[in-house]
Amino acid sequence: MSLYDTLLLLHVLSAFLVVGALAALWALVLGTRDPAPVLSPESGVRFGRVAGTLVGVGLVGAIAFGIWLALDIDGFELWDPWILASLVLWGLATWAGTQSGKAFATDPVGRRRDGIRLQALNSVAVLVILVLMIWKPGA
Amino acid sequence: MLAAIRPDEVNLPLFLHVLGAMLLVGTLFTVALATVIGWRRPDDDAGLTRFSLRTLLIGVLPSYILMRIGAQWTEAEQNYPAGFDPSWLGVGYVTADVGALLIIVSIVLSVLGLRRLRQGSGARYGRAVGVISILLLAAYLVAVWAMTAKPS
Repeated sequence: MSLYDTLLLLHVLSAFLVVGALAALWALVLGTRDPAPVLSPESGVRFGRVAGTLVGVGLVGAIAFGIWLALDIDGFELWDPWILASLVLWGLATWAGTQSGKAFATDPVGRRRDGIRLQALNSVAVLVILVLMIWKPGA
Repeated sequence: MLAAIRPDEVNLPLFLHVLGAMLLVGTLFTVALATVIGWRRPDDDAGLTRFSLRTLLIGVLPSYILMRIGAQWTEAEQNYPAGFDPSWLGVGYVTADVGALLIIVSIVLSVLGLRRLRQGSGARYGRAVGVISILLLAAYLVAVWAMTAKPS
């Protein structure tokens, strides 16, 4: 495999990790809602900790290998509008995901609504990044 | 994802294909993670098993259908020449078709497992579904490699 193939594979796998772990976190939100949560709070916290960590690992991998790819490929620059927009959205997604994780970790019941709102913001930002990566507007 | 620029008409089906594949991996990962945590936390095994079996029933099949329809639509829009049959496309078809079979088996096991859970048993069904999910995740890892690196 060439360097390009390897970077692309790692970039895509990181993106899969982000969206996959986010899907797991949304399943957790559904599985812990009142009035009849399926999971105990302890299991929910344990599950959320693993999935949340994987979202973070995926976000770091996606940006690191994405930037490396942009530098490696002739014709793409980091200041291309769709790449710049993706970087800004990555920052927003990372901030929202971190705050969501803190909200759920400090008070899973009392701050649940805040956690869900921030997780939704994180998910929307990731979805828009995926749209930008596929359509590449202006490229 | 970052690199290729393709005809506009391919973008929507490709987006649906990739999104479906990501959600499929996510729901399978949810099932696998709940199963693994259940092994390590026997006190909440029933809750985790119920969570994993419900996730499989609600999430895996719609994600698979989105991924599969997106794949077929993408291939149709690409207008590949007759006889175009690279190995990466073959890997995609094999993992999708064998995966469909295993997903159907998992759905049957999930329905049976959820029924048994109401009677106080059913953990074995959950573990079987969890193991199948881990196998599917490994197969889809190979599929992601094939789709991105596109070995001839």
